Amino acid sequence: MSTAPAPAVAGPRPRTPVRLDVVGLSKRFGAVTAVDDLSFGVEPGRVTGFLGPNGSGKTTTLRMLLGLTQPTSGTATVDGHRYAELRRPLRVVGASLEASSFHPGRTAYDHLRCFAPLSGASDARCREVLSYVGLGSAARRRVGGYSLGMRQRLALAQALLGDPQALVLDEPANGLDPEGIRWLRELLRALAAEGRTVLVSSHLLSEVQQSVDDVVVIAHGRLRHASSLAELARLSEPRVRLVTPDAAGLGALVAERGWQTTGSGERVRTAEIVGVGAREVGAAAFAAGLELFELTDVTEGLEDIFLRLVGDLPAAGAASVPPPAPGLDGSGA
Amino acid sequence: MTALLRSELRKFFTTRLWWILLVSLAVYMGGTALLLAFAFTQRGAVGLPDGLTDDPAALVTAVYGTASSLGYVFPVVIGALAVTSEFRYQTITPTYLATPSRTRVLTAKLVSSLPLGLLYGIVGTAVSVGGGAAMLAARGHATFLTDAAVLESVARSVLALTIWIVVGVGVGALLRNQVVAIVVVLVYTQLLEPIVRTVLTSTPVGRFLPGAAGDAIVGNSVYSATGLGGLLPWWSGVLVLAGYGLLAAAVAAGTTMRRDVG
Repeated sequence: MSTAPAPAVAGPRPRTPVRLDVVGLSKRFGAVTAVDDLSFGVEPGRVTGFLGPNGSGKTTTLRMLLGLTQPTSGTATVDGHRYAELRRPLRVVGASLEASSFHPGRTAYDHLRCFAPLSGASDARCREVLSYVGLGSAARRRVGGYSLGMRQRLALAQALLGDPQALVLDEPANGLDPEGIRWLRELLRALAAEGRTVLVSSHLLSEVQQSVDDVVVIAHGRLRHASSLAELARLSEPRVRLVTPDAAGLGALVAERGWQTTGSGERVRTAEIVGVGAREVGAAAFAAGLELFELTDVTEGLEDIFLRLVGDLPAAGAASVPPPAPGLDGSGA
Repeated sequence: MTALLRSELRKFFTTRLWWILLVSLAVYMGGTALLLAFAFTQRGAVGLPDGLTDDPAALVTAVYGTASSLGYVFPVVIGALAVTSEFRYQTITPTYLATPSRTRVLTAKLVSSLPLGLLYGIVGTAVSVGGGAAMLAARGHATFLTDAAVLESVARSVLALTIWIVVGVGVGALLRNQVVAIVVVLVYTQLLEPIVRTVLTSTPVGRFLPGAAGDAIVGNSVYSATGLGGLLPWWSGVLVLAGYGLLAAAVAAGTTMRRDVG
């Protein structure tokens, strides 16, 4: 099924980059605030991961961006326009929202043909995108017999049908096997390389971290972090776990160096030292003649940072939201 | 709008439902017309008013109008399903993504339903006339197939069935839920309206009920032939019936179709 993604473009067509902007977006369902004063931007030519736990408001945000759900306040725009104002929306934004928006009795080919007139797509284009997502041989089968992974591919085919400049994909990796996830990663990279704007949501950073350039992290409907992936990685602090038989020697060394540790007291033989690398700690211990049983680099990975960012914060007011990094707010990079 | 109409028609013809219901309509209406023609031509048939046996043309018109007087539930269900199946299978999401204006979507569904209603109208009426005429001829009764008045009522039967599908689209848009829509349509058309029409038979109000308006378009029916109340002029029937469909659609456009989806 996996093929090297060929250009999704049906033919040469001048492309205008499209930005997606979410500004002060909120949505309340009765007493529940699903999205709370959310603001972020999505740049063309990059893959942006829209990350947050299940129920954090990702889908609601995307549905507001696509005009399916009315915001309680704030705006979500495509190239400065509300989705409803787009004259031929399928030519501008391709979206896949859930892998279940199909009539089970329709074939994949017929499903696409139903929307082809409004995408400016020919029957040949329908067949083309189906082969492109690896459904060429299953195109004439009814969708009712499709696996979840096949439905995801069909949802992608539908998003690509109008050869849109921007793609909004909600959890596209759900139901894909490892090979499919790898295929999706290459696809997303290829689409961004063509100058398209790609916004892809996921509840797992690890699922998309190899394909995204930028990340927008939300939890409980609020922005927790927005930056490039590289900036996100920089949020991680070096951390070293050290085990020694000499608790007193360890205490003296920590005091001398002024290290921050998670353990304390004279009888501690195991400590986690924050803010310094294993190399530096090892050298200092050697210089001080401190015997070590273990010295392990336990520096936080991306997934740990992500989980820390989306973890429950003590109080709503105490949430420290880093300012949007350059490259996401359009101010540089 | 052309692209939107093409999209709607493709949605209709790419599932199996359209021909399953078309075949059901044909079998059911053809069979019913056969039976009615047989019953009406029985000498001294029980419960049959004298008017029918006295007026052979009225008898024939009632038989030929079987599809519009008894089978109109088919186009109503088809019209309702054109809307509710989109909500049932969530294809309403890609539909709205393609056409963000929900009023345009509903308008397209109403307009695109007309040729479909015509299809069901022609087939339903054709089998009613075919089955009915075959039985009448077999029983030695005049078929009136060259009578201008009878042929006109046959044409109006097609018209009535076409308008019924618009009513179905309106009801579907208003209710959105497929099961609820089908139950409401069946209970109303098969149970409620026949009872209400019988009760209101002596008042003019009964003539404005949807079923009565549909019968008025044809100008005759099993109900009126059996003496159950008078009918509006046929063109008033067109206006009243189409009015029901458009009213339901207008209310839906202002309420249910505006709601968030998903």
